[in-house]
Amino acid sequence: MDTALDLTLVGRDQQKLEAVAADLRIRSPRSEVRTVIGDFVNPKAIEAQVDTITAEGTVDLVLIAHGNLPNQAGCQTDLSACAQALHINALSPVMYAEAFVRGMEQVDHGTLAVIGSVAGDRGRKSNYVYGAAKGLVERYAQGLQHRLANTRVNVVLIKPGPTQTPMTVALGSAYARMAPVEKVAKIIIAGIAARKPVVYAPGKWAVIMLIIRNLPRFVFNKMDI
Amino acid sequence: MVTVASWGRLDRRPHDVYDFSDRSQIVQQLRQTAPGIAFGMGRSYGDVCLNPDGSLWRMSGLDRFLSFDESTGRIYCEAGVLLRDIQQLAVPRGWMLPVTPGTQIVTVGGAIANEVHGKNHHVLGTFGHHVVRLVLQRTDGERIECSPKTNAEWFAATVGGLGLTGVVLAAELQLRRVAGPWLVTETQPFHTLDEFFVFADGAEHAWEYTVAWIDCLSKEGKGLFMRGNHIDGGVRPDPAVRSKKMPFTPPISLVNRLSLRPFNTAYFNLKKNAGREVVHYAPFFYPLDNLLEWNRMYGPAGFYQYQSVVPRSVGRDAIGAMLREISRSGEGSFLAVLKTFGSQSSVGMLGFPQPGVTLALDFQNKGVATHRLFSRLDSIVAEAGGRIYPAKDARMPKTLFEAGYPALVKFLPYRDPGISSALSRRLMGK
Repeated sequence: MDTALDLTLVGRDQQKLEAVAADLRIRSPRSEVRTVIGDFVNPKAIEAQVDTITAEGTVDLVLIAHGNLPNQAGCQTDLSACAQALHINALSPVMYAEAFVRGMEQVDHGTLAVIGSVAGDRGRKSNYVYGAAKGLVERYAQGLQHRLANTRVNVVLIKPGPTQTPMTVALGSAYARMAPVEKVAKIIIAGIAARKPVVYAPGKWAVIMLIIRNLPRFVFNKMDI
Repeated sequence: MVTVASWGRLDRRPHDVYDFSDRSQIVQQLRQTAPGIAFGMGRSYGDVCLNPDGSLWRMSGLDRFLSFDESTGRIYCEAGVLLRDIQQLAVPRGWMLPVTPGTQIVTVGGAIANEVHGKNHHVLGTFGHHVVRLVLQRTDGERIECSPKTNAEWFAATVGGLGLTGVVLAAELQLRRVAGPWLVTETQPFHTLDEFFVFADGAEHAWEYTVAWIDCLSKEGKGLFMRGNHIDGGVRPDPAVRSKKMPFTPPISLVNRLSLRPFNTAYFNLKKNAGREVVHYAPFFYPLDNLLEWNRMYGPAGFYQYQSVVPRSVGRDAIGAMLREISRSGEGSFLAVLKTFGSQSSVGMLGFPQPGVTLALDFQNKGVATHRLFSRLDSIVAEAGGRIYPAKDARMPKTLFEAGYPALVKFLPYRDPGISSALSRRLMGK
């Protein structure tokens, strides 16, 4: 708590972002907390934002954590909903990562952590548009790790299981059984500190997804998940 | 629908649970989902936080600090902030919550709605005495800011108001200065109730914190009296905190006739010579917080807590009579607490603490037998002119509630018609 951090929060909603910033300033009075209203869609705008942030000083850690949970049925009937879901969950994080990594590579320093999902491990009928987006993020992170293997820039892919956040609250009774956000947050912090290439949060999902990924198709296709 | 139980685990019933995490959306969320009741951490024992088959508004996502003035100790936060988070934030900067209950894993909103108290009631009163102002959201969209001076009636109705006057969105609290996290404590064994009262009366002037553990199986009222004061303990290593968790609910209660007597005897003998110690505030204030889900130890049927307060003039006799009833029944539990309240009355119309002496005990739920014992205890409380703590209650008769809380009539007009709980329907008819 007494560590002084220099933190820039990027979000869409000014009011919500300011509330989070005010809370962080109180919890950590020695830290500098800035807010930036981001675009999240337009490549040029993202590039400009990231350049402004990078110009303020060396970036030690980037956490790309935005996304939304689209309605799968809606994506199937409405292609613009489908495109929007892919845009915000796949293209947007990739653009931010790509923009940040340039500066980090130049100074040969920093950690870039990006939140994927266990949903990206294998496509399933109940959320494969979201899963496809997260799968893209995973493949992207993998490529980035390959590219930066001989540098001091680390890339951490975080794959949370279902977590109690505003994104999942609409899921009703399933929500009550999800991991509390504090627990997942602690695992993410530890994973970033250890610079693990892939962090499942909570760790049990590594085992569950290993099984899911390796289920033969004739078994998997019979499952209602 | 999600199954929700309160701390006593007596009842596991489906609720429509809605998570509140954004103050700007609450008006709309309340309008769409009322009637319901605000739910914090579910640490109240009975049905004050429950609304079976109806809406439950989870407040723990409203957990942001809004301001903290380190020079005055005023902290302003959303209602879902935990007391633990305030302590962790404030103590390293020389401030602390003036009043906290036996667990810090409760929300600010819950602490206000139940007007909780602590071991220093005789010095600093209740949690309500340190609420500077609060923001109350009514389900019809009206937002009322109240304090002891402005909208004072709303303030008095809402503090201790069991969540029934509206949803508390945010509150400003006055913290107290401390030199650090350390306390000096002393433990003194007593063998009779008279001895307890001598210790309690003798300690009140010089000691901020006083509380006693009693062996509920001893007819005379044997126990351990503990007292503590803040000290400047300098820089010491924080205690190693190791959380343990009750991993599952045992098929039968671990607290039973076979285990209770040896347990109580062992605890008494272990602690009676503890004498003077320097301890961190956390294990002293919140001894059970590191045993996660300890409420499971009473088995699948759950448990009741019976907490009453009786006026001091009849305190010796009434407590004695209750202990005799409990001892004769062979029921009760390891968790039995006796404490004298100071002369400050509660802020809230329905606030529990009143001048006198309070006794709190857990009872494994054994159905009819347990209820028979409670009826006998009720008669003693009623005759003594005492009252029962709604935050702990799941069963008190309506008549006893009405007799114990004469300001109820004054309170009812402040109720929000869009709010209803299992407790409100049980004790107030709707």
